[in-house]
Amino acid sequence: MELEAVVHPKANLVMVRGRIDHGSSMTFSELLHPHLEKCKKGNPPLILNFSGVDYISSAGLRALMIATRFARNQGGRLGIAEFQPLVREVFGISRFDLVIPCFDTLEAALGELA
Amino acid sequence: MQVQFWGTRGSLPVSLNAEQLRQRLLSVLEKAAHAPAGTLDTAVGRAGFVDSLPFAMRGTYGGQTPCVELRGKDDATLICDLGSGARGLGNAKLARFGPGQPQTYHIFISHLHWDHLMGLPFFGPLYIPGNRLVIHGCHAELEAAVRLQMSAPGFPVDFSLVQGQVEFRLLETGRAYDIAGFRVEAMRQTHGGDSYGYRFEQDGKCFVYATDSEHKLDQEEQWAACIEFFREADLIAFDAMYSLSEMVSVKADWGHSSNMIGVELALAAGARRLALFHHDPLNDDASLDRLLEDSRRFEAMSRSRRPPLEVISAHDGLTVQL
Ligand SMILES: [Zn+2]
Ligand SMILES: [Zn+2]
Repeated sequence: MELEAVVHPKANLVMVRGRIDHGSSMTFSELLHPHLEKCKKGNPPLILNFSGVDYISSAGLRALMIATRFARNQGGRLGIAEFQPLVREVFGISRFDLVIPCFDTLEAALGELA
Repeated sequence: MQVQFWGTRGSLPVSLNAEQLRQRLLSVLEKAAHAPAGTLDTAVGRAGFVDSLPFAMRGTYGGQTPCVELRGKDDATLICDLGSGARGLGNAKLARFGPGQPQTYHIFISHLHWDHLMGLPFFGPLYIPGNRLVIHGCHAELEAAVRLQMSAPGFPVDFSLVQGQVEFRLLETGRAYDIAGFRVEAMRQTHGGDSYGYRFEQDGKCFVYATDSEHKLDQEEQWAACIEFFREADLIAFDAMYSLSEMVSVKADWGHSSNMIGVELALAAGARRLALFHHDPLNDDASLDRLLEDSRRFEAMSRSRRPPLEVISAHDGLTVQL
């Protein structure tokens, strides 16, 4: 499980890699936190690039839910882009795609959030 | 060991209404219009056609609230909860045994909410002299709640007037009981006013009844205890009322779980079969079909090298042989 910030002119772009499951969801939350703090009113959106995520469990989704709420409370915009097909499917099964902005491509995410 | 579901709906009984049934007939006729020529000309062909339809089109999950029958060797009958499904179960027992053959029913109550108790006044054997109902539960208020339900002004027949013999037995968590040839254990669950899950074992087979339980994802100890309680069960009836997103957001602390959590816990426990249970009254048959399909997909994705978990969705009338 690792996160890497990538320089981008219009967004705080973070590449996420690995499995976000029961064992790693806490680490994910901790690693995400510094990026989340910058996700506030007036700042560029935080976009999580999920192309390197191979699996997400309920605990990982819950961590994302909390992150989304945190961002929203400080007026920030958060979205997830570029899913592997199975992970995108889990977002549909859990109905999280209805509460967290999900995009097929980075361009689509920028178009909507930036 | 055999498990029969008499009521599988959560919170409130529901039924198909006229418009839903009309829509269903229209969709079936639409399918029939495209069936290969000759298929529907014979009774056998028609039955085959109906059986080939998706469950939500040829059947219904039903709308009675929780009541599950567990039959072991020597015809011992255990019952989990007395939701509105208990009426059908009671009638089936009366039809089978009649008044001439008194029976003993061992009943296990998860908790005292209406949907798990409302069937008792309509459970026929209660009124037949000679029948014995042993009502087990873990709530100190168990007997008081049952008596209150069958008293004026809520119900016309006072509990003191029933002809069957009723006994109440309080169980404790953390120990095993031998009841009617079953090894029985109870586990406290997270739910308004608490609820209890039950684990039944006999001759190497195991059924776990675990409804009305919220599984908090940040409570490690509780998560681990639940996996232990589900350990290698042959069938788990699991509270899959909400989608995961509802469960952790708008319906957090409402005391119910989700299909995905059920799959994760059952896989971790090495269980064989998971039955989605305590269906949300908001979900129609088509939604429940989709929920089952989704759950099976999630199981396949989450399994990795563990043995497969069979996921089914309980419906009123479903019988599962363990
Ligand atoms: Zn209930
Ligand atoms: Zn309840």
